[in-house]
Amino acid sequence: MAHGPATLADGWVKYASRWLFTTNHKDIGTLYLWFSFAMFILGGSFAMVIRAELFQPGMQLIKPEFFNQMTTMHGLVMVFGAIMPAFVGLANWLIPMMIGAPDMALPRMNNLSFWILPFAFAILVATLFMEGGGPNFGWTFYAPLSTTYAPDTVNYFIFGVHIMGASSIMGSINIIATVMNMRAPGMTYMKMPMFVWTWLITAFLLVAVMPVLAGAVTMMLMDINFGTSFFDAAGGGDPVLFQHIFWFFGHPEVYIIILPAFGVVSQIIPTFSRKPLFGYSSMVYATASIAFMSFIVWAHHMFTVGMPIAGELYFMYATMLIAVPTGVKVFNWITTMYKGSLTFETPMLFSIAFVILFTFGGFTGLMLSIAAADIQYHDTYFVVAHFHYVMVAGAVFSGTAAVYYWLPKWCGKMYDETMGKVQFWIAFIGFNITFMPQHFLGLAGMPRRYADYGLQFADWNMVSSIGAFMYGAAQILFLFNVVRTITHGKPVDKPEVWEGAEGLEWTVPTPAPYHTFEKPPQVK
Amino acid sequence: MLKKAQALFLRPLGAVLALVSAVSSHAESAASQLNMPQGVTEVSQAAYDIHMVMMWICTVIGVAVFGFMFYVMYAHRKSRGAVAENFHENLIVELLWTIVPAIILIVMAIPATTALLKVYDTENADIDIKVTGYQWKWQYEYLGEDVKFMSELRTPQDEIYGREPKGEHYLREVTEPLVLPAGKKVRFLITGNDVIHSWWVPDFGVKRDAVPGLFTSAWAKTDKPGTYVGECTELCGSGHAFMPVVVEVKEQAEYDQWLADKKAAAAEYASTIGKQWTFDELMVQGEEVYNRSCAGCHAVNGEGIPGVFPALKNSVIALGPVVEHLRVVVDGIPGTAMQSFADQLSEVDIAAVIHYERNAWGNDVGDITQPVDVLNYKQAK
Repeated sequence: MAHGPATLADGWVKYASRWLFTTNHKDIGTLYLWFSFAMFILGGSFAMVIRAELFQPGMQLIKPEFFNQMTTMHGLVMVFGAIMPAFVGLANWLIPMMIGAPDMALPRMNNLSFWILPFAFAILVATLFMEGGGPNFGWTFYAPLSTTYAPDTVNYFIFGVHIMGASSIMGSINIIATVMNMRAPGMTYMKMPMFVWTWLITAFLLVAVMPVLAGAVTMMLMDINFGTSFFDAAGGGDPVLFQHIFWFFGHPEVYIIILPAFGVVSQIIPTFSRKPLFGYSSMVYATASIAFMSFIVWAHHMFTVGMPIAGELYFMYATMLIAVPTGVKVFNWITTMYKGSLTFETPMLFSIAFVILFTFGGFTGLMLSIAAADIQYHDTYFVVAHFHYVMVAGAVFSGTAAVYYWLPKWCGKMYDETMGKVQFWIAFIGFNITFMPQHFLGLAGMPRRYADYGLQFADWNMVSSIGAFMYGAAQILFLFNVVRTITHGKPVDKPEVWEGAEGLEWTVPTPAPYHTFEKPPQVK
Repeated sequence: MLKKAQALFLRPLGAVLALVSAVSSHAESAASQLNMPQGVTEVSQAAYDIHMVMMWICTVIGVAVFGFMFYVMYAHRKSRGAVAENFHENLIVELLWTIVPAIILIVMAIPATTALLKVYDTENADIDIKVTGYQWKWQYEYLGEDVKFMSELRTPQDEIYGREPKGEHYLREVTEPLVLPAGKKVRFLITGNDVIHSWWVPDFGVKRDAVPGLFTSAWAKTDKPGTYVGECTELCGSGHAFMPVVVEVKEQAEYDQWLADKKAAAAEYASTIGKQWTFDELMVQGEEVYNRSCAGCHAVNGEGIPGVFPALKNSVIALGPVVEHLRVVVDGIPGTAMQSFADQLSEVDIAAVIHYERNAWGNDVGDITQPVDVLNYKQAK
């Protein structure tokens, strides 16, 4: 099509239709990113409720029943609504531009996979306003708390999860089809940017495990409504079966979240080091081995369930092994910086913080893998601290870095560097004040998902809450900075934007035109 | 102008300072613990040791890796005139940082395995205790001794909801602790009644999920008498944070005396079950039992939680025939959160609570339910 996309000047009907019916990868990427940010704010506000209640011992603001809904919704919204769609948004924007393709391989499915998401979350969030309240059984929704003992609204939750799963599977198939079929001439697999590689591997993980999640919630649906007893011991079922199925999905799921983050960081660190990524091929192999291992370690989430010792030993050894490929990645990032020419713009700051804090989360992960010590860590705040170091300082920091890094390419304007740096330091300090004390709380014996706690945990909970409000405030600044860039940012017109940026996306004009690479580029 | 600046900066600053001093003064009194407890059993000591080994290994690696990283960030910055080199591969280095961590891991696996073997060494126990998780309390049964009781949170709702100051043992106190003899190997057989709970005593190094339909075992042996507090660590509903574990370890002689007293009390109770209670006696007893065992779901005012737990005030059951009311309380309602209280409450307590529910909050059936009625109902089944 010759004409550009509809703008507000064409009238709101045309403008709304553009977004509703769009098949353009950039538009869909934008939709995903804004949607995920909205969910991030929503999930974050749930976290603020949690931290406000935990500011002091005793029940001050809410009832335990609602507290459980908050922890559950916080987890579900952040994992499925904020982090995953954010990386799908980045994939939509960037993969075609990085491999020299005009668009995604399956543009109509792309539209569908986005537009069912708002419905999924509308259904999920609506349960909070229904009689019985929202899901209150934790984002891991262990049966029978989530079946026999769940509020009736659990059926909406199941339906919502099904839609999210369908969306993820469609998005993944699209990414696999795009990467396999639409690379520009000369763009061999081993020349693809790391972000494309990590997403290709992630997409395979998603296609493999989302149906498992769908199976788990379908079995719940049957148990609740149709008299089966998959997870009901009284009917001959087994509650532990649920955990095996859930974690067979759940462990790959955490790598689904972190692998694209690895990809983002592997793009940004070379740029601001002005030096190519160290050990590209070992990065690819390390990512693939992490993905493979994610399928064979699931029961390390179940060390206290009473498995036979042979099972515990196997899952312990297998889990410890993951440290090897993960270590390779960290060493590669640091060696990329070694003897580079470093500058510290906001995306680089977030990426360096990612490497440090993710590695810290990796260390606690290694400690958690030791089954005998995990008996003391399991289901305490130590675990909460661990996974927030990898999920927030990992996935969210890298997502923030990605937005700052590619925003000038997307909208043709430069963000305010000072404001970006201020946001970084508030986020970095706030994050650590929030989650570092949670290690102490966990070791001292505070279980997770507690609406109230004994007086011995009061100090660190208060510190943690203060940090959480600080971290929350940083996100408002982030939103403000991004909006201000789009409306008032200083125009950029150099295609490469950053000195030292490599890759096809930096060869197209800035801002990236609505259609790029209509004629495929030749990659040497 | 000055006033405005004061309002903008000094007031929040003052608040922060007040907070910091509050936190630090609090810290002195409560002595916040930062690390895992060493505990009092072989297993908890093993967990602590391997935890410390892992922590030191991670610390050493972390200092080395981050130290190098900070050096690079300082030395190779563009502002100091660093010019980028162009290398991007080195097979030997890459092999080294794959193989060396693998070797470290293999070495770490040895103590990790030894420690885990200790956890699973449940053979040859002196005493077997069945631990059952209920929403939201624990039941302890001394197998072969005919002693069985429930252990529930003793902290009053008023302390939880801030209507009264919090006591020293806030959320760390129960109606009746588990009592163990020092120096004996105790095996816990752990299961769940409704949803999954998890029985954790940090000082014993015992954390085991209480899964309905499944028995798993753990063990503890300590020579140190004392009180040890633990928690439920698997999300089990709205009372999850309110079902602590309290264990008292006593010297053998004291333990024997305690066990004998428990048995004598049970015998005495059995002999008085036929006693006729008055309306008011039952109301007093019933209110206490209700607030402890029922109010978690049905609320202190009997109004329940709309859409989740039904109200008892003006309910069909509470105002209808007593036999239906007995059926619900004694047998529970299968497939719902309403559990059977037959094993949880004594006949006296069941009678009292039914009586209370029929005659409180404006319910005015006016009849009297006696313990013997409960016994007859149970025996008729």
